[in-house]
Amino acid sequence: MSQDLATRMPPASPRATPMARLRPSPVLMRLFTLLAVLLVLFALLLGGKLFNATAVRSMAFQLPELGVLSLAMMIPLLSGGLDLSIIATANLSALAAAYVFTHFGLTGGGASVFAWHIAALLAAFCVAGLVGLLNGTVIAYLGVSPILATLGTMTMVKGIAVGLTHGGVIAGFPPFMVFIGNGSIAGVPMVVIVFVAVAIPVGVLLTRTPFGNIVAMLGSNQQAVRYSGIDTRRVLVKVYMLSATLSAVAGLLMMARFNSANAAYGESYLLITILAAVLGGIDPAGGFGKVSGLVLSLVILQLVSTSANLLNISQFLSLALWGAILLGVAGVGRVWAWLRPMLPGRGGARA
Amino acid sequence: MPKTSRTMIGASLLHSHEGKLLLVVVALAVFLSLATRSFFSLQNMVDLLTSYAFSGMLAAGLLVVLISGGIDISFTATASVAQYIAMTVANHFHVGWIEVIAISAAIGIACGLLNAVLIGTLGLSSIIVTIATLNVFFGLLMFFTHGNEIFSLPDWFVNGASWVVYTDADQTPYVFNLQMIGLIGAFVLTAILLTRTNIGRQIYALGSNVEAAKRVGIKVFRLNLLVYGYMGFVAGMASLIQAQDAQSVSPNALVGRELDVLAAVVLGGASLTGGVGTVWGTILGVMLLAFLQNGLLLLGVPSYWSQCFTGAVILIAVSALAVERQRHRAAARRVMA
Repeated sequence: MSQDLATRMPPASPRATPMARLRPSPVLMRLFTLLAVLLVLFALLLGGKLFNATAVRSMAFQLPELGVLSLAMMIPLLSGGLDLSIIATANLSALAAAYVFTHFGLTGGGASVFAWHIAALLAAFCVAGLVGLLNGTVIAYLGVSPILATLGTMTMVKGIAVGLTHGGVIAGFPPFMVFIGNGSIAGVPMVVIVFVAVAIPVGVLLTRTPFGNIVAMLGSNQQAVRYSGIDTRRVLVKVYMLSATLSAVAGLLMMARFNSANAAYGESYLLITILAAVLGGIDPAGGFGKVSGLVLSLVILQLVSTSANLLNISQFLSLALWGAILLGVAGVGRVWAWLRPMLPGRGGARA
Repeated sequence: MPKTSRTMIGASLLHSHEGKLLLVVVALAVFLSLATRSFFSLQNMVDLLTSYAFSGMLAAGLLVVLISGGIDISFTATASVAQYIAMTVANHFHVGWIEVIAISAAIGIACGLLNAVLIGTLGLSSIIVTIATLNVFFGLLMFFTHGNEIFSLPDWFVNGASWVVYTDADQTPYVFNLQMIGLIGAFVLTAILLTRTNIGRQIYALGSNVEAAKRVGIKVFRLNLLVYGYMGFVAGMASLIQAQDAQSVSPNALVGRELDVLAAVVLGGASLTGGVGTVWGTILGVMLLAFLQNGLLLLGVPSYWSQCFTGAVILIAVSALAVERQRHRAAARRVMA
């Protein structure tokens, strides 16, 4: 038990020594190694087909949707929870924006169009904020376990989206949305720019601010955080509102990419975001994890998926490979931990 | 003052989760019977039992996993793999019911045991392992089958087995079918496992407190093999029932329904932290969702809104459960102090 407590403590200080800061964490090392192995493997299999502008660009266009959704999943995971409602929230937010776009935003001229475009985006974020508030309140104030609360809101939010649209598609958006989904600036896809513009602030928020520290500590020991005088419930509400807001960003990205919105887009991503986060070193029990690890894991997953595509293998095999990679990484970690004490020169290092 | 047995029963009915749930389900059933003409008809009940047999069976299996303190997300993929392989064999070889049942049971158990082994050795939580295996099982199934459905099943399977138990004045036969056998069988078997065997006590002990369970000599890894193996077995059986009802096999028809089953079990009072849950509660949880969805349809609510109501009911129910548990804890603290 005492050992358990010790391993669950947050890192003593994020900036202990300059050297420690420069050295990548074991999680990142493991992911870099895996990425290198996969790159060599796929380079041997595919050669120039993988390392050309087209393949890299197609990867860059696909990664951000799952990327932003995984960020939305990561924050609740860090706090020791989970948010199953991210996809439903993303779709309902996108539908809200799509409704405003298609009903008001396309007619009239100049300033009023611009105002309606802003209103459309605001509508998306308001809807997401409400869902996040509901999740956070039910989890923090009523004490419902995050899986169950968000399972309920997931079903209800998707139900609202299906009920309002009858399962239909809303399409036809202004040119700037199409540009965000499919355009590039200086060769860099807009979706990647959006992803970076979201991922960096989230990374900074989680590792360099008091809020981020509290979220990670919540995941380690909620009781202790409360006894240290922090209103954990307000923090939890913020966690789920932030998750919902990121879901709205993902919803808008999906809408821009497909140039349409629907109640059921991206549903297969839900459990994949958890896979991506855990592969990226985020402890599903909470407390530990960094955006950098998540981004690396997303690159790995996307590399596998694109390579499978180039090899003319069904996309479903890459689904299987994603699951197998997560299990494999955990397995290698266990074998390594078991072998380490037996290696010459390292004996007893961990004792 | 001595309580009479009648008030004791009344009190326990209101204080246990199952009791409250029973009242809600009965109230819903009475309301639907009065509000719609067809809800309280034999035909509707037969249809409900048949169409909810698959989810109900899976709920029974998942209950055991939840009580043990774990969770399984992969069972829909397990069921898909089991029914696809079993039906492919049935189409190409001269086999009968026994072989088909044996094949799908074996595949289900194998997938379950794999889950248990991975959970026991990898140091990952059960939810993560089973999300991963869900993707592995489902991905491989779709890869090898190219997503092709099986439309023609052997005649003996399509015809199934049913026993006419009652024919009404209009000569409409009411049958007792395989789906009902499967559903009843799964619940009876789970009830026996949980309440009439030593293993059942061990499963509750494991879910209540892993450390204490280890100290009293419970072999956690072996028990997990049994728990996840049982879930796989039930998934294999449920997959046959589902294929027989649907009269075809589609590799991607079942995956995605795992969270609905989880919702039913949790509505029934099982806790995600383990150690809590009963077969009665699970039956009531499944009934609540089935009555609700069926009732909305019969009331003429557009089917598009059915999911929204289901979500709202789940949210209200889990909130009520949580508030109740908080109150219990607060009361316990007062007693301690």
